[in-house]
Amino acid sequence: MTFWRFLQQNWPELLTLLRQHVWLVFVSTLIAVAIGIPTGILLTRKKSLRSPVLGIANVMQTIPSLALFGLLIPLRFVGGIGARTAIVALVLYSLLPIIRNTVTGILGVDPNVREAAVAMGMTGRQVLWQVELPLAMSVIVTGVRVAMVIAIGVTTIAAAVGAGGLGVYIFRGLRQYDNNLLLAGALPAALLALTADFGLGLVERHFSIERRRKAGATSGRRKFAAAATAAIVTAAITGIYLGSRDSRSPSSQAEAARVVVGSKDFTESAILGEIVAQMLEARGVAVGRNFELGGNLPHDALLAGKIDLYPEYTGTSYTAILKHAPITDPRAVYEQVKKEYAEKFNEVVSEPLGFENTFAILVRGAEARRLKLKTISDATPYARNWRAGFGQDFMSRADGYPGFAKAYGLKFAEQPREMDLSLTYIALSSGQVDLIAGNSTEGRIAALDLVQLEDDRHYFPPYEAVYLVRNDSLARVPALGEALAKLAHAISTEEMRQLNYEVDANKRSQAEVVREWLKRKGF
Amino acid sequence: MSEASDNPLVEFRDVSFSHAGASASVISHLTFSVRQGETLVLLGKSGCGKTTTLKLINRLLLPSAGEVRVENKSTTEWDPIRLRRRAGYVIQEGGLFPHFTVASNVGLVPALERWEEMRIKKRVAELLSLVGLEPQEFADRYPGELSGGQRQRVGVARALAAEPPLLLLDEPFGALDPLTRASLQRQFAELTRRLNKTAVFVTHDVREALLLGSRIGLMHQGKLRLLETPEDFLKSKDEQALAYIETLTLAPAAVSTPEPSLMVGLPPGHSAEENA
Repeated sequence: MTFWRFLQQNWPELLTLLRQHVWLVFVSTLIAVAIGIPTGILLTRKKSLRSPVLGIANVMQTIPSLALFGLLIPLRFVGGIGARTAIVALVLYSLLPIIRNTVTGILGVDPNVREAAVAMGMTGRQVLWQVELPLAMSVIVTGVRVAMVIAIGVTTIAAAVGAGGLGVYIFRGLRQYDNNLLLAGALPAALLALTADFGLGLVERHFSIERRRKAGATSGRRKFAAAATAAIVTAAITGIYLGSRDSRSPSSQAEAARVVVGSKDFTESAILGEIVAQMLEARGVAVGRNFELGGNLPHDALLAGKIDLYPEYTGTSYTAILKHAPITDPRAVYEQVKKEYAEKFNEVVSEPLGFENTFAILVRGAEARRLKLKTISDATPYARNWRAGFGQDFMSRADGYPGFAKAYGLKFAEQPREMDLSLTYIALSSGQVDLIAGNSTEGRIAALDLVQLEDDRHYFPPYEAVYLVRNDSLARVPALGEALAKLAHAISTEEMRQLNYEVDANKRSQAEVVREWLKRKGF
Repeated sequence: MSEASDNPLVEFRDVSFSHAGASASVISHLTFSVRQGETLVLLGKSGCGKTTTLKLINRLLLPSAGEVRVENKSTTEWDPIRLRRRAGYVIQEGGLFPHFTVASNVGLVPALERWEEMRIKKRVAELLSLVGLEPQEFADRYPGELSGGQRQRVGVARALAAEPPLLLLDEPFGALDPLTRASLQRQFAELTRRLNKTAVFVTHDVREALLLGSRIGLMHQGKLRLLETPEDFLKSKDEQALAYIETLTLAPAAVSTPEPSLMVGLPPGHSAEENA
């Protein structure tokens, strides 16, 4: 599919994401200006506060954005899932350039001019509003300009906490290795940044005192000032209006919905989320979707009541959430998880859905056939000449790489590459790495001619797919229990692989794929 | 100006000033007064305390000891805003607001005093003419578009705008080329005489002091060494005064007491170098 056709087909969605993006950037920049400029002014008055406050703002900006989002999620009032967290993080990022430039701008005002202003009998307030701020304005606007361009970039990461925006396409594109999606997310974001940079550059030039030296620049400048101000105000209002009007923005939708379905940030999880969502909608329940939550966000969100349920794997709960050492009996894992979730979190674990998604140790098909590899143990002797590539998750979790390497006595030619999980398949298939740990239900395994090596030492714990549901949600919405009952043991590994393949390889929308599947199953 | 002319407008009573935390005083035990209608020139090298003395008058600084009285009221009793609006202030380069037009700069204090717009406009035009700038040509320009001499004229016009009884000038002509400076000095002398303004004028240029001062106060290391009329200053046997007078003899052309005839009848305004 060409990029152009992709745009044509996804135009309404792209516009929605763009609106969300603009809205997030505008709101956060406005808040940052409202906080940052007064703070900057205060710092010019209180010298003792200057370095501590600027220091804090500086530290804020050095926190990597994804980490900042992660730190904010569990906080009350400022955190959670959705636009609020994103705006808080964006404001924190935008503060430094605004505060710093306000301070620099005001302190940079010619002392003779300030002294003259005081000596003319201007009050402190008049000196600030009529002399210091106007003269510092072009420097302050530069700060706002920097802040806004940063915010446009950082907002793409806000998709990770379910705030929407163009990052949704970028994350999805990375996951599905789809350049159209990547471009559709990155290109408008870049254009947005350029536009903001250019527009605020004009405003900055307007406030620049240097321009006033040129004779003849006087006439027409007022007109320009009026036009520029009008344009910015219009853009801001439009952005906010469109943003608030947008009924599909995840946060506003979540509030209206009776059930909010969450999912992790990979295709299979989103498909499983979509299945429940559509079944509930068919039963007349208003549903909010908060898909594509990264890392442990779904768990936190479920605990906090931001979502009502999400698909999970028993092995992940057992090791990553409950912190048990991996064991291999699926039944024991399931029962233990069920018991502890009820006790600790007041959450219900649904019946298994019928398939497992365990880590699949994969090598290229050609390689496997040439070396006659069937099991991981077969591959161990060759590993010292191989390079491995693993997702971040696998590298860090208890049942991941360190234990795995130990269990099989594996040594690779170099430290395994830690990269995005969805990219590892491509990296393997194109020979960049020689062994990866994928998902057993990954649709592209067959398509890319990859071979799964058998876990002959039974290292990986069982990862049965289930839904984790809040107890109170089940009581509140009876249809939820009905839907989950129907899904018990209803999805085979082959079916799941097929569903994944339709979305990932054939680039079809998950809503459509799920609709077909539900119809076929008669749900 | 109905008050008796021996009633001083500004009075220093044993005034000392030192910066907070600093042991050395910038000025010490200063006592003098400025009479109505006179131009008192404070002459001295940089660092002698003459600018500090000026700033004590409009309460940009408060004395560490002693008392500065303006219009028979101690500066500590004055509301600083009111006091400053009664004392027009001119500094080197004028201290003009670069983001204000010439008209807004000149009309600043009247606007702060909430004069009506028409009255301000009329006053601005009047003042620009007075300092030799054609209102129609200059009112809408910005300071950045003016020459140094023109900026200085605007600075003087701004200080005069709300008809303050007192003018404070801190080396206003210091940054100008000699020809422009001479022209502005002459016109300033003519102006203060015509308007019967009281002024305190700070300079390090003895020629300027002789030309403009009704009396010259020679400052050295924070003290007032002598306070004399220009005629008596030239006759002084004071060591510092002699050093200044010495510089005049080095430039024979400049050795002269100001001749009143030089200052009257000269049209204010456009000398060639200013409009270049």
